[in-house]
Amino acid sequence: MTAPLLDVRDLRVSFKIRNDGDMPWTKHRELKALNGVNLTLNAGETLGIVGESGCGKSTLARALIQIVPASGKVLWQGQTDLLTLTPRQMLAYRSQVQMVFQDPLVSLNPRMSVGAIVAEPLRTHHPDLSQTQIKQRVQEMMERVGLLPNQINRYPHEFSGGQCQRIGIARALIVGPKLLICDEPVSALDVSIQAQVINLLAELQRDLGLAMIFIAHDLSVVKHISNRVMVLYLGRTMELAASKALFAHAAHPYTKALLSAVPIPDPAKERAKQMIPLEGDLPSPMSPPSGCVFRTRCSIAQNRCASEVPALLGTTHQVACHLVNTATSEPV
Amino acid sequence: MVTAKLRAGDLSRITDMAEVKGRSLWADARKRFLLNKAAVASLLVLMFITLFSLTGEAVAPWTNEEIDFNVIGSADTKGMPSLESGHYFGTDDLGRDLFARSAQGTRVSLMVGFVGTFIAVLVGTVYGAVSGYVGGRTDAIMMRIVDILSAIPYMFVLILLLVMFGRSMFMIFVGIGLLSWLGMARIVRGQTLSLKHKEYIEAARASGVSSWKIILRHILPNLLGVVVVYTTLLIPDMIMAESFISFLGLGVQEPLTSLGALIAEGSKSIVQGSLWQLYFPLAFFTVTLYAFYFVGDGLRDALDPKDR
Amino acid sequence: MALLDVKDLGVTFATNDGTVTAVNGVSFSLERGETLGIVGESGSGKSQLSFAIMGLLAKNGRARGSVRFKGHEILNAAPSVINARRAVHISMVFQDPMTSLNPYMRVCDQMAEILTHHQGMSKADALKACVQMLDAVKIPDAKGRVRLYPHEFSGGMRQRVMIAMALLCRPDVLIADEPTTALDVTVQAQIMSLLRELQAEFGMATILITHDLGVIAGFCRDVMVLYGGQVMETAPVDPLFESPSHPYTRGLINAIPRVDTQGETLVTIPGTPPNMLRAPKGCPFAPRCAYAAEDCDDHIAPLTAFAPGRLRACNRSLKDLA
Repeated sequence: MTAPLLDVRDLRVSFKIRNDGDMPWTKHRELKALNGVNLTLNAGETLGIVGESGCGKSTLARALIQIVPASGKVLWQGQTDLLTLTPRQMLAYRSQVQMVFQDPLVSLNPRMSVGAIVAEPLRTHHPDLSQTQIKQRVQEMMERVGLLPNQINRYPHEFSGGQCQRIGIARALIVGPKLLICDEPVSALDVSIQAQVINLLAELQRDLGLAMIFIAHDLSVVKHISNRVMVLYLGRTMELAASKALFAHAAHPYTKALLSAVPIPDPAKERAKQMIPLEGDLPSPMSPPSGCVFRTRCSIAQNRCASEVPALLGTTHQVACHLVNTATSEPV
Repeated sequence: MVTAKLRAGDLSRITDMAEVKGRSLWADARKRFLLNKAAVASLLVLMFITLFSLTGEAVAPWTNEEIDFNVIGSADTKGMPSLESGHYFGTDDLGRDLFARSAQGTRVSLMVGFVGTFIAVLVGTVYGAVSGYVGGRTDAIMMRIVDILSAIPYMFVLILLLVMFGRSMFMIFVGIGLLSWLGMARIVRGQTLSLKHKEYIEAARASGVSSWKIILRHILPNLLGVVVVYTTLLIPDMIMAESFISFLGLGVQEPLTSLGALIAEGSKSIVQGSLWQLYFPLAFFTVTLYAFYFVGDGLRDALDPKDR
Repeated sequence: MALLDVKDLGVTFATNDGTVTAVNGVSFSLERGETLGIVGESGSGKSQLSFAIMGLLAKNGRARGSVRFKGHEILNAAPSVINARRAVHISMVFQDPMTSLNPYMRVCDQMAEILTHHQGMSKADALKACVQMLDAVKIPDAKGRVRLYPHEFSGGMRQRVMIAMALLCRPDVLIADEPTTALDVTVQAQIMSLLRELQAEFGMATILITHDLGVIAGFCRDVMVLYGGQVMETAPVDPLFESPSHPYTRGLINAIPRVDTQGETLVTIPGTPPNMLRAPKGCPFAPRCAYAAEDCDDHIAPLTAFAPGRLRACNRSLKDLA
């Protein structure tokens, strides 16, 4: 068996939080954004990551492309630990892992033309290419993502949100990455445009054999594109399973609540739907609950949940819950 | 099921092939600026004043140093502005032509304004952008240096420099340039801090673009709007500072003059009744400052349409 | 006489690049206890429609047509009239609660101000009413939390505060403009079920403006589909989802990713929403419509009834779309 493309082990990210007006010697408080996340990703596979805002999903993406410092292991093709590389060594891997951002307008420099935006990674990683070669590659890529190549000189504000997201995708794909990380790529788009972008990403992934990490706050979006889905809550993995299995038999109470919260565009079904309400708000990540982090909002929590941290157990369908039999994914 | 098929020729209708040339934010801003009548008029006035300061002496029948012996000693009666004598703006007490001297003084004042601001923009922008982008300890140290420098009374240092090293144009530039960039550095740093977390900067970092290139390609162009607006407001500040120094008699040395020096001389003439000696330099001074403020205002509105 | 009667409402904006028509000929009427959903994408004019009703249009905006509230014309009425109506009879909940709350005022002061100002209540009574209302929107420990500043609430709680403020004066009509767009799905579910309960309890007429058909499905009785500032289709909620009569509505329903079915690829609507600066002469949806023919670029059929309570504006007949 060959090593997976990406093997993430015990990834932890914490931020030092200072209050305004603290003296320079005041001790920082620590916010654990990611608390020991493990995942593997094979070439050509899509992993969906779902969770509410503040669950650490964007931090995970930023840790993988190393724009926030993390600890743990990120093994690339089973050999290189990306977290131990110097910035210079890392440069070679940066063309392998690219990212598509959430807000299409904010992720494009408003003062640069589309051609210059898409060409930037190319210029960084292939400084030997001539102007005409760059222009040709940029135009090919624009056509590939459904933009008209003759709009190369236009500026981001002249495009609609969906088209801007296509520009972002072109920028990510032009250096031929093996892994594409999409951080909520469609949550800022209109429904009719969302479907276009999801389908485009799925098609590109199929054609280019990309591995993809697709982050969303909404389970319905990842369903259509993911092979496996991981549910995050307060920096910890709650459930990780094949997409079909997860949607058919969600095991973790949090996943069930997330699933029931998605509105169904069918009045009869929506009215008849059994809601699993999540009480209250997300606890502050500065002081997460003891034991199972989800217990404060869980409808079936017991005493044990407050004292013991549930491990992520199971083989293909992994669940972190004391009250779920991991062998059958059924409640105990 | 709706079939998602496009009819032939629809693509062109959706995306409008005709316009392929991009309209940058700069082009948009220029268009908005040109629609602002007050700002455009002020810009024309400024151009006219600059032109006057450059060519005024060549046009005048008298140079700024020549003394008209006909009027010397009785400037208040014979030195009136008149077309026949060739003293279009009249003369000063020594019989020197005020037209030529106004042109020359305006030139010096504008030069101080532009050079001082140029230093401020150059040093302040780079300093602020680096401090803001690098952040952390570097940022803290760089900004504390700015704090310390701002705590020094600016006028006091300038006067001290001029007294110690003698009065010269060069010393004025050094004195003004030394401290004028502090405000600019602060503003630019603040802007950089907010730009730094924009996703397009993250995107550039993620694909491995070097920090220096990120500052040049992504930060500076997006700072330019703020810098340009602040610059147009800084120039009149510089002119004002120089005029104040000159008014105190510490500015540029004779035979050079500046608007501040001319106003100082003119104000002495009030008692003699030769008011033109005050009015002409004062008019140039106020009109120039007003025009700069209007242009600055127009630029701000043009570059930041959201804020209105 | 209907509670709220909107007739042929149009909104235009004068901009540097020309006149933009944001809303064109929208009509509907609403009775107490009814729920109307207005669906549309960005640029459909759905928000400007509600701003026009509330008299909150930007300075360069102009509204024409008629909006009658209990028989009184309120469109373009004098500001004093509008101000009185705004808080007392028609309230609005906005998308982003943070920008509509004053960050420097305690929540209790902001809420009490409405009551002391509009109903002449004493400060103490007003405060008591505020706590009651915060209880009604299920804010735990309302008595203690009422003294907090807006930023001390989470996004979902802030939206609850906004809803409480909107309901303080017991409005006859509540307009909720994308009340859950900025929130997580789980919080969205909480807020929507809260709105459902309050709707039943207070019995006001509610207009829910959203881009999300899923939210509409669980909340509204009637739905109006807007595109490019024009009404494409109006129908009671069940038949709308069962048998949408307009190509745009069909596309929109099919484009929603669902968790309850096994469908694999999403059906998309090609192209992009129209740029209202260069609004097409005919049907605004024609450039993206799979059924469009030459005549669609030229004109659009008027909104006509074809079944009880159902109206559609499309040049193609239902048979053509089958």
